[in-house]
Amino acid sequence: MSSVPQGMPAVQLEPELRALVSHADDNLVLAQRLGEWISNAPDLEIDIALGNIALDHLGVARALYTRAGEIEGQGRSEDDFAMRRTEREFLNLLLVEQPNGDFAHTVLRQFFFDVYQRLLWEDLSGSDDDAVAGVAARGRKESAYHHEFSSSWVVRLGDGTVESHARAQTAVDSLWRFTAELSDPYPDSWRGEVERVFADAGLIRPDDPYQRSGGREGYHTEHLGFLLAEMQWMDRTYPGMTW
Amino acid sequence: MVTALSTDLRSVVASVVDPEIPVLTIDDLGILRSVETEGRRVIVTITPTYSGCPAMRQIEDDIVVALNRHGFEEIEVRVTHNPAWTTDWISEEGQRKLAEFGIAPPTDESQVLCPRCAADRPRMVARFGSTACKALMACSSCGEPFDYFKQY
Repeated sequence: MSSVPQGMPAVQLEPELRALVSHADDNLVLAQRLGEWISNAPDLEIDIALGNIALDHLGVARALYTRAGEIEGQGRSEDDFAMRRTEREFLNLLLVEQPNGDFAHTVLRQFFFDVYQRLLWEDLSGSDDDAVAGVAARGRKESAYHHEFSSSWVVRLGDGTVESHARAQTAVDSLWRFTAELSDPYPDSWRGEVERVFADAGLIRPDDPYQRSGGREGYHTEHLGFLLAEMQWMDRTYPGMTW
Repeated sequence: MVTALSTDLRSVVASVVDPEIPVLTIDDLGILRSVETEGRRVIVTITPTYSGCPAMRQIEDDIVVALNRHGFEEIEVRVTHNPAWTTDWISEEGQRKLAEFGIAPPTDESQVLCPRCAADRPRMVARFGSTACKALMACSSCGEPFDYFKQY
């Protein structure tokens, strides 16, 4: 497609490995974004909730990178995947790299992702790969807990004050263009759950059919580069550092 | 002889405590899968609790330290993800210790009792608590806030 930017060629990975790295990248990038809220959340309870959710995503990423390294068999560690790959090699969804914005943006981003990841874990808990099936079995419970948090906040904001409703709807309108990429594998169930919560929240799905994609091929929005620069600078400045 | 050795070994490893809930050993928590030897090498296999539990790395280090103290030098800690850990694996002893420590042990949210005065129907204060495994509740009778180990 001519609309995707040219540049470094896509990284070639075996399909199984590619899928694992994609899921790990989603979780690492989202964890990094959520971590930006620490000490800045609207109140202490939310600060702790976002920090806890971030830790779960980070733990998932670590387990999946470790497994990916074992399958690849080239001796790559979780840190090699997280800290020593370029933007073009990251295969995460565009949604998770989007900036936090206000709390409504963060909540809607989390909600869209939680609905997707719950469906993914259901799928993967039947995986032939023992390690992946185990991560998925644990992930199911964790994502359900995250989903409870994000969906209840979608309803509280959407069905709250004039101001909170407007902010929630603005977040929906600006993030919707990144949702085809994650609803793709499970279009009906993803959309069904989102519409159920939107109905409670009084939020409206945008009419605009424009959708961005490319994250799974390593073509990202401008935001990922900045996120990686902040996340990776220390390891790149002091290669192999430990503490 | 080999059996005696591995029984000792197991008890050394089993006595390592959770750094965040130090009344519980990793045996109480149910995360210790096996302790085996291959020549001079000791191989310990554990199952992580929550994906986001930062104590897991510390526990791995503590296992190595505990074995070092008993003269073992070649140690490998393996992590197995399947079957996934559940709070059902916490031993009865572990549940009792939790309650004594002031943490309501895992049970259905509607069945939680205040660990201080045993009153039922506490109020949920925050679903995300001081660690990944706990939520914060408050007793509706004595008013005391307490941690609840989430059923999982």
